[in-house]
Amino acid sequence: MNNQSNKILNTNITKLVNQPYKYGFSTVIEKDIIEKGLNENIIHLISKKKNEPKFLLQFRLKSYKKWKEMKCPEWAQLKFSEINYQDIIYYSAPKLKKKLNSLDEVDPELLKTFEKLGISLTEQKRLTNVAVDAVFDSVSIATTFKEELAEYGIIFSSISEAIQDYPELIEKYLGSVVPIGDNYFSALNSAVFTDGSFCYIPKDVICPLELSTYFRINDQKSGQFERTLIVAEKNSQVSYLEGCTAPQYDNNQLHAAVVELVALENADIKYSTVQNWYAGNDLGQGGVYNFVTKRGLCAGSNSKISWTQVETGSNITWKYPSCLLVGDKTKGEFYSVALTNNYQQADTGSKMIHVGKNTRSRIVSKGISAGRSKNTYRGFVYISNKALGARNYSQCDSLLIGNSSNANTFPFISVQNPTARIEHEASTSKIGEEQIFYFLQRGISIEKGIELMISGFCREVFTELPLEFAAEADRLLTLKLEGSVG
Amino acid sequence: MNINPPILEIKNLKVCINENEILKDLNLKIHKGEIHAIMGPNGSGKSTFSKVLAGHPAYQVLSGDIIFKGSSILNLDPEERSHLGIFLAFQYPIEIPGVSNEDFLRLAYNSKQKFLNKVEVDPIEFFGVINQKLELVDMLPIFLSRNVNEGFSGGEKKRNEILQMILLDSELSILDETDSGLDIDALKIISKGINTFMNQDKAIILITHYQRLLDYVKPNYVHVMQNGKIIKTGTADLAKELEIKGYEWLK
Repeated sequence: MNNQSNKILNTNITKLVNQPYKYGFSTVIEKDIIEKGLNENIIHLISKKKNEPKFLLQFRLKSYKKWKEMKCPEWAQLKFSEINYQDIIYYSAPKLKKKLNSLDEVDPELLKTFEKLGISLTEQKRLTNVAVDAVFDSVSIATTFKEELAEYGIIFSSISEAIQDYPELIEKYLGSVVPIGDNYFSALNSAVFTDGSFCYIPKDVICPLELSTYFRINDQKSGQFERTLIVAEKNSQVSYLEGCTAPQYDNNQLHAAVVELVALENADIKYSTVQNWYAGNDLGQGGVYNFVTKRGLCAGSNSKISWTQVETGSNITWKYPSCLLVGDKTKGEFYSVALTNNYQQADTGSKMIHVGKNTRSRIVSKGISAGRSKNTYRGFVYISNKALGARNYSQCDSLLIGNSSNANTFPFISVQNPTARIEHEASTSKIGEEQIFYFLQRGISIEKGIELMISGFCREVFTELPLEFAAEADRLLTLKLEGSVG
Repeated sequence: MNINPPILEIKNLKVCINENEILKDLNLKIHKGEIHAIMGPNGSGKSTFSKVLAGHPAYQVLSGDIIFKGSSILNLDPEERSHLGIFLAFQYPIEIPGVSNEDFLRLAYNSKQKFLNKVEVDPIEFFGVINQKLELVDMLPIFLSRNVNEGFSGGEKKRNEILQMILLDSELSILDETDSGLDIDALKIISKGINTFMNQDKAIILITHYQRLLDYVKPNYVHVMQNGKIIKTGTADLAKELEIKGYEWLK
């Protein structure tokens, strides 16, 4: 391909991908802030502000101690300047006059913010089949359909409330899947997490609604450290979705979340993410550093955990939703679309740890890189010596747009017994000039052509999303890649 | 001699790619209702010519002009040229993974409808439109659910190109070596498609190496291209002569 046409193709694609970030606004609101910096006092203060039971303070302090002994991991294909943990605000909450009893008491400014993000919390406009927990900086603002869910015995609330109301459940399960010393960022989260969601689905209950948490980082200097815990008892089923956005700032905000899922015998958890944190500008300045630990434990036999993620935002994404397949005949799934553009970097993938007999796992990863971005798939499939008859299927496809983007695949496979069956498929393709020319020659615009190719590429993953969000995900990718072609 | 203005007029066209001049002072006039065959040895500039007409960004027009239906199209994008009625059947149709042929064809059809200020059709209506055209190139409806050109045989790819030409009802169609790599049955099917499609309002340029196609699709003119220009023009008989003598004697 010659230089001139490369240039033309690149200009076209640059125009396409430079769609401004829609959620970059910030909300002005009175805040309750603990001054920046991290030490034991701050942790005491967070715990005190949240009026936490003793076990939780101990949990935090132990984690902090671990974290101080640890080092930021350097094995990922990510380049970023050192994070100054003393320059981060660990607690920032909109000031509330008293404990909220209903949505009417929520600051209208906050309701408006979520409205603008397309998440309506007020009764008239909210989605009828999705219960939402809205988290703003460090605290949860409101949870919809709480009472309706309670009728089924389902607990869906912010984790802060759950700590007050159900301390024995929290003590039992918090840190049971991701131990505090698991990794640098999970240790940090365990020390300073401020809010997040808690779901508990009792035995034999099929959750009648989609549960969803929407995370919003608003404050410029604050990090968001949320903690999500989902427990599905025997024979229960739940589908959960999280969404995230952040305002547009020139500095980098830190987001280090931990999500733990526990599926007991025969339970089924489906966890979907549509991540659209601010990605930084076209020179790579600003944007969210997203370091997330997500792990599910299939504890009971026949249980199933399925992760689906659509990652489009963040300056840096470091995330490996995993499944520990401990029970016999358990199933783990990971479906992912990661799109990077400009100078975004994503190092993402999954771990499937097979312990139980006849366990199965499936990984379908689709990476799309445009601009000068770097998109890495990293996977680990481990079959232990006890996991007789275990099976794994992995498929990693990369799609390059333009000539300056980068895609890597690092699959690690470790098999400890001869009865396992492992399949791995990988492909790399490119939206090239000749394909675009083919579309154009047939009178189809470049945006439509790319949209069609991207949605075809992602189809296997999108079909795994809950129906309401599949269309949103499709639109989101289109927005990210489409735009101002004149 | 045709007294109407030509549908396509190429005037002193010079084109280069990577600073190599490929077309050197090319002149050509085509009227509605005519089929022109362009023959010539490898590397003579035939494929370049077809891509330049369609507006491929890799080629740079140094001088000269391309007049289509009375106005210059040099400044038009490939997309606009397509809407105006220029169609290129590719020599090597590219595969488009993940995109079904049906979606692709419908999008192309609707883009044209939109350009003509006509109503766009939904998938069910489109099935009615495409179904009868499939028969013209002897293709089964199952073909629509496969991805564009993915895993198609050589013959299927070429038939798909002709199907698109028929669907878009283009006024000027350039068929770049559509006959290459076809067996005799496929060649007959494609020729039948072209002949059914052709009428007094359309013009076709056939780029080919072989006389064989011209037994089935009768050209009004045969041009010989060499070294970036047309060096000889004749009737269908010229093609037969070339088949026997080769190109050397023209030098």
